[in-house]
Amino acid sequence: MENVKEELTKKSKKSKLERRGRIISFSCISIIVLVVLSIFYFVASRGLSTFFVDNVNVFDFLFGTEWNPGQVGSDGQPMVGALPMIVGSFTVTFLSAIIATPFAIGAAVFMVEISPKNGQKILQPVIELLVGIPSVVYGFIGLSVIVPVIRAIFGGTGFGILAGTFVLFVMILPTVTTMTVDALKAVPRDYREASLALGATRWQTIYKVVLRAAVPGILTAVVFGMARAFGEALAIQMVIGNAALMPTSLVTPASTLTSILTMGIGNTIMGTVENNVLWSLALILLLMSSIFNIIIRLIAKKGAMKK
Amino acid sequence: MKKKIVGLFILSFTIILSGCSQWIDRGESVTAVGSSALQPLVETVAEEFQQDQPGKFVNVQGGGSGTGLSQVQNGSVDIGNSDMFAEEKSGVDASELVDHRVAVIGITPVVNKEVGVEELSKEELKQIFLGDITNWQEVGGNDQEIVILNRATGSGTRDTFEKWVLDDENAISSQEQESSGMVRQIVSDTPGAISYLAFSYVTEDVDVLAMDGVEPTDENVKTNNWPIWSYEHMYTRGEPTGLTKEFMDYILSDGVQEELVGQLGYIPVSQMEVERDANGDIVE
Repeated sequence: MENVKEELTKKSKKSKLERRGRIISFSCISIIVLVVLSIFYFVASRGLSTFFVDNVNVFDFLFGTEWNPGQVGSDGQPMVGALPMIVGSFTVTFLSAIIATPFAIGAAVFMVEISPKNGQKILQPVIELLVGIPSVVYGFIGLSVIVPVIRAIFGGTGFGILAGTFVLFVMILPTVTTMTVDALKAVPRDYREASLALGATRWQTIYKVVLRAAVPGILTAVVFGMARAFGEALAIQMVIGNAALMPTSLVTPASTLTSILTMGIGNTIMGTVENNVLWSLALILLLMSSIFNIIIRLIAKKGAMKK
Repeated sequence: MKKKIVGLFILSFTIILSGCSQWIDRGESVTAVGSSALQPLVETVAEEFQQDQPGKFVNVQGGGSGTGLSQVQNGSVDIGNSDMFAEEKSGVDASELVDHRVAVIGITPVVNKEVGVEELSKEELKQIFLGDITNWQEVGGNDQEIVILNRATGSGTRDTFEKWVLDDENAISSQEQESSGMVRQIVSDTPGAISYLAFSYVTEDVDVLAMDGVEPTDENVKTNNWPIWSYEHMYTRGEPTGLTKEFMDYILSDGVQEELVGQLGYIPVSQMEVERDANGDIVE
């Protein structure tokens, strides 16, 4: 009798295993959360010290156009206007997303609706190959091919937002395409069948039913692509010219948050104004990527297909 | 049971490996970080040094003069390479650092081959970089807009150039590039481009400019007739000891200074006929 009781109340081997598994996964998760939190804390504490320690006005930082952190401007404040970089970053991001989207949708429609077999066999691997190319290679191609072509056609030096847009367009294309493919695939089969049964042609079905139903997914894909474009540093740095000037046209040298950040971080000393403002740029990047994340979540929530 | 054996095996293997790593790591190593202008020299010297003395390693990394100075100051690395005097960099406490000048490097303005100019006065050069002269025609060249290419703010090469050509004024905001190699390529590809490079980076792809009738040569740097040059410093925190000292002695030894330094486009400090201090004044 005693034996049976003990047998029943004692933890079984299975439950021990389960507990062990839970401990492992919990500790992994908590480490990840800790890392993310400490990154946030570190970037924020460094980035905010521009405003709290060096007493730079937030509005001067966000909307000023003079960037020369080592120098003191006429108002006695360091010249840390980040607007040229902010404008540069947003312009290349939006332009490249605008160019990439139609191509991505076209490729995805081909792969899912028009020729799934060829699409899966040929087009998909080709597009996915683009992901594996390191960004320095894109930058170099941009520098030696795109920049001279732009110079020949539009004049100027060729460096600028336009060159950056073309490089980023190729870089985000695979992200947007593969995610659009997933969105199209997720459209239920009965939608298509119902449309065809009503007598719609294939094009009508694709245009009026499949694409419409996949809009939230496609938007998510585009925002993902934009997040990637916004954070890209190396390739864009090689073709945009890195001049901290307000861009006056698409073919004059400009700069992005990332390009100024990567160029400056090695040449500044921790704790100085020059270094702190770079962390502030990093903070903007971090906040922007959080915003992109929130947008993606909102789209996904709103557009979740109801069964 | 089988799993336990595998687990035990992995565990013992890891222990053996980590034991090994300790045994391997018994070799000594020093790390030198900083100036990209000095990097090729230190790398080459480090290779020679390691060949002669197995088990001793010198890690050399770039990252810029600012990185070198700040890392050596806070003790992350043993040697900080810099093109600038520590006194010139704000945020660095120069009194904690010991300066070892291992070489001198000249810096020269370089232009695209098509601009049609071979010589400028210092004043013209200054006006170009301050944005007052915008076409090559104004200085006797072709009708071609001037495209200014700067190194990143805080780069040692840029600081030296601004100090000696622009009289410590800041060049106008324009294109910036992070590395000398990139500057060279862009100058050679872009019509009307002007920038500046350390002598060791100059190749046939770009034209160098004489300034006030003086050619940018090692000979002119030695006599200070060509004023745009800087020392290549290797800073240590306090007097170097152990392997750091050995390496510093090696890089300053006559053999290395007379052979390697010259071959790589630098000028040995011993051959300088003048000496400059941190303020740029000539001292005897």
